[in-house]
Amino acid sequence: MIPFVRHTGRVAALPRVNVDTDQIIPKQFLKRIERTGFGQFLFFDWRLRADGTLHPGFELNQPAAAGASVLLACANFGCGSSREHAPWALAEYGFRALIAPSFADIFFNNCCQNGLLPVVLAADLVAELFRRAQAASNGYLLTVDLEAQQVSDAAGFAASFAIDPYRRELLLRGLDQIGATLLEEARIAAFESRRRSSWAGDSG
Amino acid sequence: MTGSERGVMPKTLFEKVWEAHLVREPADESGPALLYVDLHLVHEVTSPQAFEGLRLAGRRVRQPARTLATVDHNVPTGARDLPIADPVSAQQLRVLEQNARDFGVELFGLGSPDQGIVHVIGPEQGATQPGMLIVCGDSHTSTHGAFGALAFGIGTSEVEHVLATQCLVQSRPRTLAVRFTGRPGAGVTPKDFILALIGRIGPDGATGQVIEYTGEAVSRLSMEGRMTICNMSIEGGARAGMIAPDAVTLRYLAGRPRAPRGTAWDRAATEWLALASDPGARYDREVTLDVATLEPQVTWGTNPGMVAAISGLVPNPLRFDSESERSAAERALEYMGLVPDAPLEGTPVDRVFLGSCTNARIEDLRSAASVLRGRRVSPRVRAMVVPGSMRVKAAAEAEGLDVVFREAGFEWRNAGCSMCLGMNEDVLGSGERCASTSNRNFEGRQGKGGRTHLMSPPMAAAAALAGRLVDVRKYL
Ligand code: SF4
Repeated sequence: MIPFVRHTGRVAALPRVNVDTDQIIPKQFLKRIERTGFGQFLFFDWRLRADGTLHPGFELNQPAAAGASVLLACANFGCGSSREHAPWALAEYGFRALIAPSFADIFFNNCCQNGLLPVVLAADLVAELFRRAQAASNGYLLTVDLEAQQVSDAAGFAASFAIDPYRRELLLRGLDQIGATLLEEARIAAFESRRRSSWAGDSG
Repeated sequence: MTGSERGVMPKTLFEKVWEAHLVREPADESGPALLYVDLHLVHEVTSPQAFEGLRLAGRRVRQPARTLATVDHNVPTGARDLPIADPVSAQQLRVLEQNARDFGVELFGLGSPDQGIVHVIGPEQGATQPGMLIVCGDSHTSTHGAFGALAFGIGTSEVEHVLATQCLVQSRPRTLAVRFTGRPGAGVTPKDFILALIGRIGPDGATGQVIEYTGEAVSRLSMEGRMTICNMSIEGGARAGMIAPDAVTLRYLAGRPRAPRGTAWDRAATEWLALASDPGARYDREVTLDVATLEPQVTWGTNPGMVAAISGLVPNPLRFDSESERSAAERALEYMGLVPDAPLEGTPVDRVFLGSCTNARIEDLRSAASVLRGRRVSPRVRAMVVPGSMRVKAAAEAEGLDVVFREAGFEWRNAGCSMCLGMNEDVLGSGERCASTSNRNFEGRQGKGGRTHLMSPPMAAAAALAGRLVDVRKYL
């Protein structure tokens, strides 16, 4: 996993609530057995027209959003299916950080597993970012600093965000969660032997 | 957990199960805990990259006996003896077979009499048991909470993590008690309870929370009805839904292939009944819904929270409070091809889908069949039944339900997810409108441009007969 320390990038603004993972990556693309190759299908039904050309009305296709790496989104982003193909597609398309008032739980976890930083900011702050993004017709840049836990722009916006220290550490160092858990082998083994001797319901 | 292990503080069902699985407590207030997983269910779509990750790292599956795999999302539901038409689907199924063999995991493959939707087979096999911590790379894993298990949907990286370590890293959710009170009127089912609840709290109303469903209306439900409710917890944003084990739970589990037997059963049963929330246990939040006031529900929009009573009108976006709700409703109505303030009842439907992990168990099929018996599906409708598992299918055939469905004009198919998500050939065409017993009405969920109305099995059966959205109570 690529570490995430600090990132400055162009913002794409997607002012829609409850964006579900079926929209982020439709089911017809879930048949691949690799973790790669999903970026081209991101927001497929919204981003592309039936003939395969870009849909001019879709937010990510606006010139100001070209090459964007920070996605500004609305409440409950990533709801629905647990498909990790959604963060895979977002990351491969070029996003490094997502900012929204709230994310669906499973999606939030999936992003962290892939070095894609989900930042939760209060709704009024996100609304202010949407305003600033809209006003900047030539593209709007944001800096997302995980080390300092802060989102800022060049025009004086600065807001801090919370993230639990465990996830922050893994993201900062680009660490694999499995490796971290395997270090706890002694505890896991102890739990298993305790469980074997005490739990009636365990027939597995 | 035994009584003597319990502290003086009254605990909720969730707290008891959570604490019994703590391998490591969180390092601090906001941090995640390390939890032990009793049962890991696996299917073909969210597992290939996880097994591949193990292979690349030279890791094994830590507890193959706690891992159970099936194929469901991608499988054709037509004839099982034909080769699979889609080579990419076929590859995904082959890869799971190979992975199951290589890593020693039991698989209910295509052709197995036990194959079915992952959330149908766990309970049906008695693999799902009270007090367990259950995970699966699928958001509707919440279904298993109906047994008083704590069941989370997880992503593929977490699937790999659980395969390798048998543990899950998870931050502690808050608790929400949902009390369903009263007696439902005729034609009002558990599906209507949960749709009405999501309509009330919204599609993110329970984000970060585990719901415990309580109240007399829940106690009176069968296990299958309870599963329907817990299944859709995720549509309200919840991490999980749970219901305390009781006599109904025990009756359902007794004698199932993987349930304990003999003295082990007696011991287990005692422990399971002790899982119920203690009197005076505190939840972070409580919501009460009187099901006696409910009518059959039907969704009108593009998320399950966009729902109304069948006698209601298509909502007018102008009447929503916030700009974001207004624009979401406008967008949804445009997608759904509905007109504000028009009656929902009477909206013509083209397709009817009776299936999915929400509503494709034997009782669901019975309740739909009782509406259909001796009647004919409208000529404008193509209707299909996709049983939740091959066992459900066999049980239905033993009761003659297949004949009822066929004579009414339904297609009678093999088990799988089918048109719940349209990964196989069962899809809606663009603009087609479907009365569906599944759980998601997202844009394109059942096929690009397809329009989904979620409802109960009897409501879907009635829609098939009428060729339009209709109040099932007219057919009772
Ligand atoms: S039936 Fe639908 S919701 Fe259930 S597991 Fe299959 S695809 Fe998911």
